[in-house]
Amino acid sequence: MFAAAGDAMLSHGMKQAGNISLNHLQEVIFAILNPWVAIGILLLLAFFATYMTALSWADLTYVLPATSLGYVLLALVAKFLLHEHISLLRWLGIALITGGVGFIAGGPALTQHHDPVPSEPAAETQATAAASGVKS
Amino acid sequence: MKAVYTWGGILAITFASVLGDVLLAHAMKHVGDVGALWRKSGLVAVIRRTLGNPYFLLGVMAMAVAFFSLLFALSWGDVSLVGPAAASLTYIGNAVAAKIFLHERVDRRRWIAAMLVAAGVALLAG
Repeated sequence: MFAAAGDAMLSHGMKQAGNISLNHLQEVIFAILNPWVAIGILLLLAFFATYMTALSWADLTYVLPATSLGYVLLALVAKFLLHEHISLLRWLGIALITGGVGFIAGGPALTQHHDPVPSEPAAETQATAAASGVKS
Repeated sequence: MKAVYTWGGILAITFASVLGDVLLAHAMKHVGDVGALWRKSGLVAVIRRTLGNPYFLLGVMAMAVAFFSLLFALSWGDVSLVGPAAASLTYIGNAVAAKIFLHERVDRRRWIAAMLVAAGVALLAG
C-alpha cells in the first residue's frame, strides 16, 4: 500500500520537476526538495520498514506474493483517480495476481520447524494482516 | 547484441534481487518478531538490531546491485520488456531460493501462487 502510494507520488513529483538531462545530474539532488518526491521517498521507506516487519514473522514465499497486491492497487488508483484506461489484458493480470495471493493467504504463513502447525484462526489473522498492512 | 545485453541485465536484476530478498528474509528471521521486540525493548532496539545484522546489510547491498542492473538493462532494452520480465522472474526465483536456502516449505499451493502472480505481473506491467 505504502509502495503504491510512494510510487505514484514519486512519478507525480518527477513529472513536476521536469525531465532531468544527463548533463545536469546535480538536478537529481534538487528533485529531493520537491515535496511530492520527498513524500514518495518517505512512503517507500515506510514500505520497506513494513516489509521487513512482515518478513520477521512470515515466510518470504508468503510475504512477497502478498506485496504484489500493490500492482493491483496501483492499477485501481490509475483507473479511478487518474482516469487511465485499463485494457482487458491488464484486468486479466489483476485477476491472476488476486487469485495467486488468495491461494497463499489460505495456507500457513510460516514454515514451522519445531512448533506444531498454528491453528486455523491464527493463520487467518495473519493473512488478513498481511493483506491489509503489508501492501505492496 | 542488444538482446544479449538486455537479457543479461534482466538476469542480473533477477539474481541480485532474489539474493537480496533471501538475505533480508534470513536477517529478519534472525532479528525475530519485530512487534514483540518493539513492545519489549522499544523501537530503537529494533532498529539497532536490524541495522547491526550483517545479513541485512548484505541484503541491502544486493538490492543496490539490482537497482544498478536495472539502470544498465534499461539503457539497452525497453522498460516494457525489462520491468515485467525481471519482476516475473524474481517471483519464480524467490520461490526456488526460499526452498533451497531458507528451507521454507514451498508446497503446491505456493508454487501455483508464485506462477499466477508472475503471470499477472507480466500482464499488468507489460
